[in-house]
Amino acid sequence: MNPTNYLVLSIILFSIGAAGVLIRRNALVAFMSVELMLNAANLAFVTFARMHGNLDGQIVAFFVMVVAAAEVVVGLAIIVTIFRTRRSASVDDASLLKL
Amino acid sequence: MGEAALFWVMAPVAVLGALGLVFSRKAVHGALCLAVTMISLALFYIAQEAPFLGVVQIVVYTGAIMMLFLFVIMLVGVDSSDSRVETIRGQRVAATLAVAGVVLLLAGVTIRATLPEEPVGLNQATPDGNVSAIADAIFGTYVWAFEIVAALLITAAVGAMTLTHRERIVAKATQKELSIKRFSEGRPGDAAGLPVPGVYARHNAVDTPALLPDGTPSEDSVNRVLIARGAARSTDEFRHHPTPADVEAAATETSFSVEGEDVAAGESDNRAGEIGTDDDASGGERA
Repeated sequence: MNPTNYLVLSIILFSIGAAGVLIRRNALVAFMSVELMLNAANLAFVTFARMHGNLDGQIVAFFVMVVAAAEVVVGLAIIVTIFRTRRSASVDDASLLKL
Repeated sequence: MGEAALFWVMAPVAVLGALGLVFSRKAVHGALCLAVTMISLALFYIAQEAPFLGVVQIVVYTGAIMMLFLFVIMLVGVDSSDSRVETIRGQRVAATLAVAGVVLLLAGVTIRATLPEEPVGLNQATPDGNVSAIADAIFGTYVWAFEIVAALLITAAVGAMTLTHRERIVAKATQKELSIKRFSEGRPGDAAGLPVPGVYARHNAVDTPALLPDGTPSEDSVNRVLIARGAARSTDEFRHHPTPADVEAAATETSFSVEGEDVAAGESDNRAGEIGTDDDASGGERA
Protein backbone atom coordinates (compact mmCIF):
# COMPACT_ATOMS: atom_id res chain seq x y z
CA MET A 1 0.00 0.00 0.00
CA ASN A 2 1.22 3.45 -0.86
CA PRO A 3 2.35 5.12 2.40
CA THR A 4 1.07 8.48 1.14
CA ASN A 5 -2.35 7.34 2.37
CA TYR A 6 -1.07 7.68 5.92
CA LEU A 7 0.14 11.18 5.16
CA VAL A 8 -3.29 12.14 3.84
CA LEU A 9 -4.92 10.74 6.97
CA SER A 10 -2.43 12.70 9.05
CA ILE A 11 -3.34 15.90 7.17
CA ILE A 12 -7.04 15.27 7.73
CA LEU A 13 -6.59 14.66 11.46
CA PHE A 14 -4.34 17.70 11.82
CA SER A 15 -6.89 19.94 10.09
CA ILE A 16 -9.74 18.63 12.22
CA GLY A 17 -7.67 19.33 15.32
CA ALA A 18 -6.90 22.85 14.10
CA ALA A 19 -10.60 23.44 13.45
CA GLY A 20 -11.36 22.25 16.99
CA VAL A 21 -8.84 24.66 18.51
CA LEU A 22 -10.26 27.55 16.50
CA ILE A 23 -13.96 26.83 16.92
CA ARG A 24 -14.53 25.28 20.33
CA ARG A 25 -14.47 27.51 23.40
CA ASN A 26 -14.41 24.90 26.11
CA ALA A 27 -10.80 24.95 27.25
CA LEU A 28 -10.74 21.18 27.70
CA VAL A 29 -12.00 20.46 24.21
CA ALA A 30 -9.57 22.96 22.69
CA PHE A 31 -6.80 21.27 24.62
CA MET A 32 -7.83 17.83 23.40
CA SER A 33 -7.79 19.20 19.86
CA VAL A 34 -4.16 20.24 20.40
CA GLU A 35 -3.47 16.65 21.43
CA LEU A 36 -5.12 15.47 18.23
CA MET A 37 -2.83 17.74 16.19
CA LEU A 38 0.23 16.35 17.99
CA ASN A 39 -0.95 12.82 17.27
CA ALA A 40 -1.44 13.61 13.60
CA ALA A 41 2.10 14.97 13.43
CA ASN A 42 3.34 11.78 15.11
CA LEU A 43 1.61 9.68 12.47
CA ALA A 44 3.42 11.68 9.78
CA PHE A 45 6.75 11.15 11.57
CA VAL A 46 6.23 7.39 11.82
CA THR A 47 5.16 7.21 8.18
CA PHE A 48 8.21 9.13 7.00
CA ALA A 49 10.49 6.95 9.12
CA ARG A 50 9.19 3.88 7.36
CA MET A 51 9.10 5.54 3.96
CA HIS A 52 12.78 6.47 4.06
CA GLY A 53 14.04 3.56 6.14
CA ASN A 54 15.34 5.89 8.85
CA LEU A 55 14.54 5.32 12.52
CA ASP A 56 14.97 8.97 13.56
CA GLY A 57 11.34 9.72 12.77
CA GLN A 58 10.19 7.24 15.39
CA ILE A 59 12.57 8.75 17.96
CA VAL A 60 11.18 12.21 17.32
CA ALA A 61 7.63 10.86 17.64
CA PHE A 62 8.63 9.34 20.97
CA PHE A 63 9.95 12.66 22.24
CA VAL A 64 6.82 14.41 21.01
CA MET A 65 4.78 11.99 23.14
CA VAL A 66 6.86 12.75 26.23
CA VAL A 67 6.62 16.49 25.74
CA ALA A 68 2.86 16.14 25.13
CA ALA A 69 2.52 14.32 28.44
CA ALA A 70 4.34 17.14 30.28
CA GLU A 71 2.26 19.72 28.45
CA VAL A 72 -0.99 17.99 29.39
CA VAL A 73 -0.04 17.90 33.06
CA VAL A 74 0.70 21.62 33.24
CA GLY A 75 -2.18 22.62 30.97
CA LEU A 76 -4.76 20.69 32.94
CA ALA A 77 -3.39 22.14 36.19
CA ILE A 78 -3.87 25.62 34.73
CA ILE A 79 -7.42 24.77 33.62
CA VAL A 80 -8.26 23.46 37.09
CA THR A 81 -6.81 26.59 38.72
CA ILE A 82 -8.77 28.89 36.42
CA PHE A 83 -11.93 26.88 37.01
CA ARG A 84 -11.44 27.18 40.75
CA THR A 85 -11.23 30.96 40.69
CA ARG A 86 -13.64 31.75 37.85
CA ARG A 87 -16.03 28.77 37.96
CA SER A 88 -15.81 28.39 34.22
CA ALA A 89 -13.93 26.24 31.72
CA SER A 90 -14.57 28.56 28.81
CA VAL A 91 -11.59 30.23 27.18
CA ASP A 92 -13.61 33.42 26.79
CA ASP A 93 -13.90 33.96 30.53
CA ALA A 94 -10.16 34.02 31.18
CA SER A 95 -9.77 37.63 30.05
CA LEU A 96 -8.36 39.23 33.15
CA LEU A 97 -5.31 40.61 31.35
CA LYS A 98 -7.45 42.36 28.73
CA LEU A 99 -7.89 46.12 28.98
CA MET B 1 -3.04 -6.57 1.60
CA GLY B 2 -3.71 -6.95 5.29
CA GLU B 3 -2.31 -3.50 5.91
CA ALA B 4 -4.56 -1.97 3.26
CA ALA B 5 -7.59 -3.61 4.85
CA LEU B 6 -6.54 -2.32 8.28
CA PHE B 7 -6.02 1.15 6.90
CA TRP B 8 -9.33 1.40 5.09
CA VAL B 9 -11.23 0.10 8.10
CA MET B 10 -9.46 2.11 10.80
CA ALA B 11 -8.85 5.38 8.94
CA PRO B 12 -12.57 6.25 8.77
CA VAL B 13 -12.87 5.31 12.44
CA ALA B 14 -10.02 7.66 13.30
CA VAL B 15 -11.52 10.50 11.26
CA LEU B 16 -14.96 9.92 12.80
CA GLY B 17 -13.43 10.01 16.26
CA ALA B 18 -11.70 13.29 15.47
CA LEU B 19 -14.91 14.78 14.08
CA GLY B 20 -16.73 13.57 17.17
CA LEU B 21 -14.24 15.48 19.32
CA VAL B 22 -14.89 18.72 17.47
CA PHE B 23 -18.65 18.42 17.13
CA SER B 24 -19.70 16.75 20.38
CA ARG B 25 -21.56 19.04 22.71
CA LYS B 26 -20.17 17.60 25.93
CA ALA B 27 -16.52 17.37 26.80
CA VAL B 28 -16.85 13.76 28.03
CA HIS B 29 -18.12 12.55 24.66
CA GLY B 30 -15.29 14.41 22.98
CA ALA B 31 -12.75 12.72 25.26
CA LEU B 32 -14.14 9.26 24.46
CA CYS B 33 -14.10 10.02 20.72
CA LEU B 34 -10.48 11.15 21.01
CA ALA B 35 -9.61 7.90 22.79
CA VAL B 36 -11.01 5.97 19.81
CA THR B 37 -8.84 8.02 17.44
CA MET B 38 -5.76 7.43 19.55
CA ILE B 39 -6.30 3.67 19.68
CA SER B 40 -6.66 3.51 15.90
CA LEU B 41 -3.47 5.57 15.56
CA ALA B 42 -1.72 3.02 17.79
CA LEU B 43 -2.80 0.30 15.35
CA PHE B 44 -1.37 2.33 12.47
CA TYR B 45 1.95 2.64 14.29
CA ILE B 46 2.10 -1.10 14.85
CA ALA B 47 1.26 -1.71 11.19
CA GLN B 48 4.03 0.68 10.17
CA GLU B 49 6.86 -1.20 11.84
CA ALA B 50 6.75 0.86 15.04
CA PRO B 51 5.48 -1.63 17.65
CA PHE B 52 7.20 0.22 20.49
CA LEU B 53 5.51 3.50 19.62
CA GLY B 54 2.19 1.70 19.19
CA VAL B 55 2.36 0.31 22.69
CA VAL B 56 3.57 3.63 24.11
CA GLN B 57 0.69 5.34 22.33
CA ILE B 58 -1.82 3.09 24.07
CA VAL B 59 -0.13 3.22 27.47
CA VAL B 60 0.71 6.92 27.55
CA TYR B 61 -2.05 8.49 25.50
CA THR B 62 -5.15 6.40 26.04
CA GLY B 63 -3.98 5.11 29.39
CA ALA B 64 -2.54 8.16 31.10
CA ILE B 65 -3.36 11.34 29.22
CA MET B 66 -6.97 10.55 28.39
CA MET B 67 -7.59 9.39 31.95
CA LEU B 68 -6.12 12.68 33.19
CA PHE B 69 -8.50 14.50 30.86
CA LEU B 70 -11.45 12.49 32.12
CA PHE B 71 -10.54 13.22 35.73
CA VAL B 72 -10.34 16.93 35.04
CA ILE B 73 -13.65 16.81 33.18
CA MET B 74 -15.16 15.22 36.28
CA LEU B 75 -13.62 17.94 38.47
CA VAL B 76 -14.76 20.75 36.23
CA GLY B 77 -18.25 19.29 35.84
CA VAL B 78 -19.28 16.54 33.48
CA ASP B 79 -22.07 18.50 31.84
CA SER B 80 -20.12 21.70 31.27
CA SER B 81 -21.22 21.97 27.66
CA ASP B 82 -20.46 24.84 25.36
CA SER B 83 -23.01 27.42 24.48
CA ARG B 84 -23.45 27.63 20.73
CA VAL B 85 -23.41 31.41 20.63
CA GLU B 86 -20.58 32.95 18.67
CA THR B 87 -18.76 35.48 20.85
CA ILE B 88 -16.56 36.85 18.08
CA ARG B 89 -18.55 37.69 14.98
CA GLY B 90 -17.50 35.72 11.92
CA GLN B 91 -15.17 33.53 13.93
CA ARG B 92 -16.49 30.28 12.56
CA VAL B 93 -16.28 31.41 8.96
CA ALA B 94 -12.76 32.67 9.49
CA ALA B 95 -11.79 29.44 11.23
CA THR B 96 -13.22 27.35 8.40
CA LEU B 97 -11.31 29.42 5.85
CA ALA B 98 -8.09 29.09 7.83
CA VAL B 99 -8.52 25.32 8.11
CA ALA B 100 -9.23 25.09 4.38
CA GLY B 101 -6.00 27.01 3.81
CA VAL B 102 -4.07 24.56 6.02
CA VAL B 103 -5.57 21.61 4.13
CA LEU B 104 -4.66 23.17 0.77
CA LEU B 105 -1.12 23.92 1.91
CA LEU B 106 -0.43 20.47 3.35
CA ALA B 107 -2.13 18.64 0.50
CA GLY B 108 -0.21 20.72 -2.03
CA VAL B 109 3.09 19.89 -0.34
CA THR B 110 2.24 16.19 -0.18
CA ILE B 111 1.16 16.03 -3.81
CA ARG B 112 4.12 17.98 -5.17
CA ALA B 113 6.75 16.13 -3.14
CA THR B 114 8.44 13.16 -4.77
CA LEU B 115 7.72 10.37 -2.34
CA PRO B 116 8.70 6.75 -2.88
CA GLU B 117 5.84 4.58 -4.10
CA GLU B 118 6.93 1.66 -1.97
CA PRO B 119 8.31 2.35 1.54
CA VAL B 120 11.96 1.47 2.08
CA GLY B 121 11.05 -0.26 5.32
CA LEU B 122 13.04 -0.38 8.52
CA ASN B 123 14.61 -3.83 8.15
CA GLN B 124 17.98 -2.37 7.28
CA ALA B 125 17.89 0.37 9.93
CA THR B 126 16.80 -1.98 12.72
CA PRO B 127 18.66 -5.26 12.31
CA ASP B 128 18.10 -6.31 15.95
CA GLY B 129 14.46 -5.41 16.03
CA ASN B 130 12.55 -2.19 16.66
CA VAL B 131 12.90 -1.92 20.42
CA SER B 132 16.67 -2.42 20.63
CA ALA B 133 17.23 0.00 17.75
CA ILE B 134 15.15 2.64 19.55
CA ALA B 135 17.07 1.96 22.76
CA ASP B 136 20.35 2.43 20.88
CA ALA B 137 19.17 5.73 19.47
CA ILE B 138 17.70 7.11 22.71
CA PHE B 139 20.64 6.19 24.91
CA GLY B 140 23.22 6.88 22.21
CA THR B 141 22.60 9.61 19.69
CA TYR B 142 19.77 11.28 21.56
CA VAL B 143 20.95 10.82 25.12
CA TRP B 144 21.07 14.57 25.77
CA ALA B 145 17.55 15.08 24.52
CA PHE B 146 16.53 12.20 26.76
CA GLU B 147 18.11 13.82 29.83
CA ILE B 148 16.53 17.18 29.06
CA VAL B 149 13.14 15.54 28.61
CA ALA B 150 13.55 13.91 32.02
CA ALA B 151 14.19 17.34 33.56
CA LEU B 152 11.16 18.68 31.68
CA LEU B 153 8.92 15.94 33.10
CA ILE B 154 10.04 16.62 36.66
CA THR B 155 9.50 20.35 36.16
CA ALA B 156 6.03 19.69 34.80
CA ALA B 157 5.13 17.50 37.77
CA VAL B 158 6.34 20.10 40.26
CA GLY B 159 4.58 22.85 38.30
CA ALA B 160 1.28 20.98 38.33
CA MET B 161 1.54 20.45 42.07
CA THR B 162 2.34 24.11 42.66
CA LEU B 163 -0.52 25.27 40.47
CA THR B 164 -3.16 23.08 42.05
CA HIS B 165 -1.95 23.38 45.62
CA ARG B 166 -4.29 25.31 47.86
CA GLU B 167 -2.99 26.81 51.06
CA ARG B 168 -5.25 26.30 54.08
CA ILE B 169 -5.84 29.76 55.54
CA VAL B 170 -7.98 28.88 58.53
CA ALA B 171 -7.62 25.77 60.64
CA LYS B 172 -9.91 22.89 59.82
CA ALA B 173 -12.95 22.77 62.13
CA THR B 174 -12.80 19.83 64.49
CA GLN B 175 -15.69 17.53 65.24
CA LYS B 176 -16.15 19.20 68.62
CA GLU B 177 -16.34 22.69 67.12
CA LEU B 178 -18.81 21.53 64.50
CA SER B 179 -20.99 20.01 67.19
CA ILE B 180 -20.90 23.20 69.30
CA LYS B 181 -21.81 25.20 66.19
CA ARG B 182 -24.84 23.00 65.52
CA PHE B 183 -26.13 23.52 69.05
CA SER B 184 -25.47 27.26 69.02
CA GLU B 185 -27.33 27.59 65.72
CA GLY B 186 -30.35 25.92 67.24
CA ARG B 187 -30.16 22.70 65.31
CA PRO B 188 -29.87 20.13 68.11
CA GLY B 189 -31.55 17.58 65.86
CA ASP B 190 -28.39 17.50 63.75
CA ALA B 191 -26.11 17.32 66.77
CA ALA B 192 -24.78 13.92 65.81
CA GLY B 193 -24.19 15.03 62.24
CA LEU B 194 -26.48 14.89 59.26
CA PRO B 195 -28.06 11.54 58.44
CA VAL B 196 -26.14 9.46 55.94
CA PRO B 197 -27.78 8.99 52.53
CA GLY B 198 -29.49 5.69 51.97
CA VAL B 199 -29.85 4.68 55.60
CA TYR B 200 -32.97 2.54 56.12
CA ALA B 201 -34.06 3.33 52.58
CA ARG B 202 -34.55 0.80 49.86
CA HIS B 203 -31.15 1.62 48.30
CA ASN B 204 -27.93 2.72 49.93
CA ALA B 205 -26.80 4.82 46.97
CA VAL B 206 -25.70 8.40 47.69
CA ASP B 207 -28.58 9.83 45.68
CA THR B 208 -31.17 8.19 47.92
CA PRO B 209 -32.38 10.20 50.90
CA ALA B 210 -32.16 8.53 54.29
CA LEU B 211 -35.36 7.51 56.02
CA LEU B 212 -35.68 9.03 59.45
CA PRO B 213 -36.98 6.87 62.32
CA ASP B 214 -40.49 8.12 61.66
CA GLY B 215 -40.24 6.97 58.06
CA THR B 216 -40.01 10.37 56.41
CA PRO B 217 -37.21 10.83 53.93
CA SER B 218 -34.58 13.38 54.99
CA GLU B 219 -33.58 15.89 52.35
CA ASP B 220 -30.53 16.93 54.40
CA SER B 221 -28.93 13.55 53.95
CA VAL B 222 -28.30 13.99 50.23
CA ASN B 223 -25.28 15.93 49.05
CA ARG B 224 -26.18 19.49 48.03
CA VAL B 225 -24.18 19.18 44.81
CA LEU B 226 -26.31 16.25 43.69
CA ILE B 227 -29.48 18.18 44.40
CA ALA B 228 -28.19 21.23 42.52
CA ARG B 229 -27.35 19.09 39.49
CA GLY B 230 -30.74 17.41 39.65
CA ALA B 231 -29.07 14.03 40.05
CA ALA B 232 -30.64 13.18 43.40
CA ARG B 233 -33.82 11.20 43.69
CA SER B 234 -36.73 13.23 44.97
CA THR B 235 -37.82 12.67 48.53
CA ASP B 236 -41.41 12.11 47.38
CA GLU B 237 -40.34 8.88 45.75
CA PHE B 238 -39.46 7.47 49.16
CA ARG B 239 -42.25 8.92 51.22
CA HIS B 240 -44.29 6.06 52.58
CA HIS B 241 -47.96 6.13 51.71
CA PRO B 242 -49.62 3.64 54.06
CA THR B 243 -52.09 1.31 52.42
CA PRO B 244 -55.29 0.40 54.30
CA ALA B 245 -53.68 -2.93 55.18
CA ASP B 246 -50.77 -1.10 56.80
CA VAL B 247 -53.08 1.07 58.84
CA GLU B 248 -55.00 -1.99 59.96
CA ALA B 249 -51.83 -3.83 60.87
CA ALA B 250 -50.57 -0.85 62.79
CA ALA B 251 -53.84 -0.51 64.61
CA THR B 252 -53.76 -4.13 65.77
CA GLU B 253 -50.19 -3.85 66.94
CA THR B 254 -50.49 -0.61 68.85
CA SER B 255 -51.23 -2.78 71.83
CA PHE B 256 -47.58 -3.87 71.84
CA SER B 257 -46.12 -0.46 71.39
CA VAL B 258 -47.19 3.08 70.82
CA GLU B 259 -44.36 3.62 68.34
CA GLY B 260 -45.50 0.74 66.18
CA GLU B 261 -47.17 2.98 63.65
CA ASP B 262 -44.06 5.06 63.14
CA VAL B 263 -41.89 2.09 62.42
CA ALA B 264 -44.48 0.68 60.07
CA ALA B 265 -44.23 3.83 58.03
CA GLY B 266 -40.54 3.19 57.51
CA GLU B 267 -40.91 -0.33 56.22
CA SER B 268 -42.37 -1.07 52.84
CA ASP B 269 -43.49 -4.60 53.65
CA ASN B 270 -45.87 -5.64 56.38
CA ARG B 271 -43.27 -6.34 59.03
CA ALA B 272 -44.72 -3.45 60.97
CA GLY B 273 -44.30 -2.82 64.61
CA GLU B 274 -41.74 -5.47 65.38
CA ILE B 275 -39.49 -3.19 67.35
CA GLY B 276 -37.11 -5.93 68.34
CA THR B 277 -36.39 -7.14 64.80
CA ASP B 278 -36.28 -3.72 63.21
CA ASP B 279 -32.48 -3.58 63.04
CA ASP B 280 -32.25 -6.99 61.41
CA ALA B 281 -34.81 -6.09 58.79
CA SER B 282 -33.12 -2.89 57.71
CA GLY B 283 -29.73 -4.57 57.77
CA GLY B 284 -30.98 -7.22 55.41
CA GLU B 285 -32.31 -4.63 53.04
CA ARG B 286 -29.07 -2.76 52.94
CA ALA B 287 -27.01 -5.83 52.17
